[in-house]
Amino acid sequence: MLSQKVAQQSLRRLAVQQPYALRWSLMNSVSPAAVALGRNVQMRQATTSTTTSDPNKLLAEQRLRRPVSPHLSIYKPQITWIGSSLHRITGIALSGGLYLYATAYLASPMLGLDLGSASAVAAFGALPVLAKVALKFTMAMPFTYHCMNGLRHLIWDTGRGLTNPQVIKTGWTVVGLSTISALVLAFL
Amino acid sequence: MSALRSTSRLFAASRPLFRPAVFARSYATVDPVAQEPTPSEQPRIKQFQVYRWNPDTPSEKPQMQTYELDLNKTGPMMLDALIRIKNEIDPTLTFRRSCREGICGSCAMNIDGVNTLACLCRIPTDTAKESRIYPLPHTYVVKDLVPDLTYFYKQYKSIKPYLQRDTPTEDGLEYRQSPEERKKLDGLYECILCACCSTSCPSYWWNSEEYLGPAILMQSYRWMADSRDEKTAERKAALDNSMSVYRCHTILNCSRTCPKGLNPARAIAEIKKMMAAH
Repeated sequence: MLSQKVAQQSLRRLAVQQPYALRWSLMNSVSPAAVALGRNVQMRQATTSTTTSDPNKLLAEQRLRRPVSPHLSIYKPQITWIGSSLHRITGIALSGGLYLYATAYLASPMLGLDLGSASAVAAFGALPVLAKVALKFTMAMPFTYHCMNGLRHLIWDTGRGLTNPQVIKTGWTVVGLSTISALVLAFL
Repeated sequence: MSALRSTSRLFAASRPLFRPAVFARSYATVDPVAQEPTPSEQPRIKQFQVYRWNPDTPSEKPQMQTYELDLNKTGPMMLDALIRIKNEIDPTLTFRRSCREGICGSCAMNIDGVNTLACLCRIPTDTAKESRIYPLPHTYVVKDLVPDLTYFYKQYKSIKPYLQRDTPTEDGLEYRQSPEERKKLDGLYECILCACCSTSCPSYWWNSEEYLGPAILMQSYRWMADSRDEKTAERKAALDNSMSVYRCHTILNCSRTCPKGLNPARAIAEIKKMMAAH
């Protein structure tokens, strides 16, 4: 008992010496009155309610009021998710472009347009060199990137190359190789 | 009895006094003399921008609040900075924390754009750049840095994270495992379910209702890979739909962000392989 008393006393002395303990004691002296008057009940519309019995309903109700924390806009740009979103965007652009052109080609006789190879070659040949290279690069880059990143996905599906250093290394390799090959294709 | 105990305690308390100095145990805390900043040292003021939202005023939009701390007087980790802000600047700042050594997973949050545990994340010493602290991305915010993980835990419950078997053991004592079989569980059982990986996954952001997310899938695989568990077929059948596993598009943010250095992406790849074979 003696040692406990000593410990308590020393703790009390320490509390008095600390400046924030003063605030704390003030709060303690005020709170009993607040408890008696029932003024200490905090209204938390967005957190708890004791009336609902169904926890799932409570969760849904809380979600209506709670904000969703920021995600895409604050996450650090990393080769992992930026590369993945580019893979998807290039995939959509390539297949969308193909579908668009194919349907336009089918519909061209009815619309009175000539979308055949001969007219495309003629139109392309009339462009200045810089525009030719730029156009070819913008067409080639999504293709080369999507192809090479697709190979990476196939390797991952076998359960290989999934460690952090490997993922970062292969990611930048794909970026480098696809840019180089797209440039080669653009200058062909 | 109580008298006896108190004397023994007294004796125990005074025992170190009689111990020679060579045997005195050193404490884990930093030497107070070394910690005290020398007066000549320049203060290293760093700005911390912290996400704030108060449920008492739900109509007010979440906002970033800036705090300034002298890094000379702050511990090395982000959690030290947060605790110091709460103790000395703003007691209303709310965040979860418990063990301060990366084993409880309470202080998971988004720091400088990456999900991690505040207690394992060093404060960048570059004082020119401010640090930005958000709650885990795309979660419902309870208050400030506290996310609502109810659904995450429900999903964990849904995969039956416990040993399931019907047949008793041969010796009736314990379920035995070879060292090779046990080794398969390394890198899986260490997960502390801090939800860093799941909330770093864009797929989980858009489909958190149906997609289980990397953390839960890794635990699912942990029980599939366990040689003692006999319900692998049932576990696989439960995952055999378009949402539970196959919303994973190998984005690999999960493995990149795991503060424990685990590899949920590999576990999901193994699940996909098992599902393909089945």
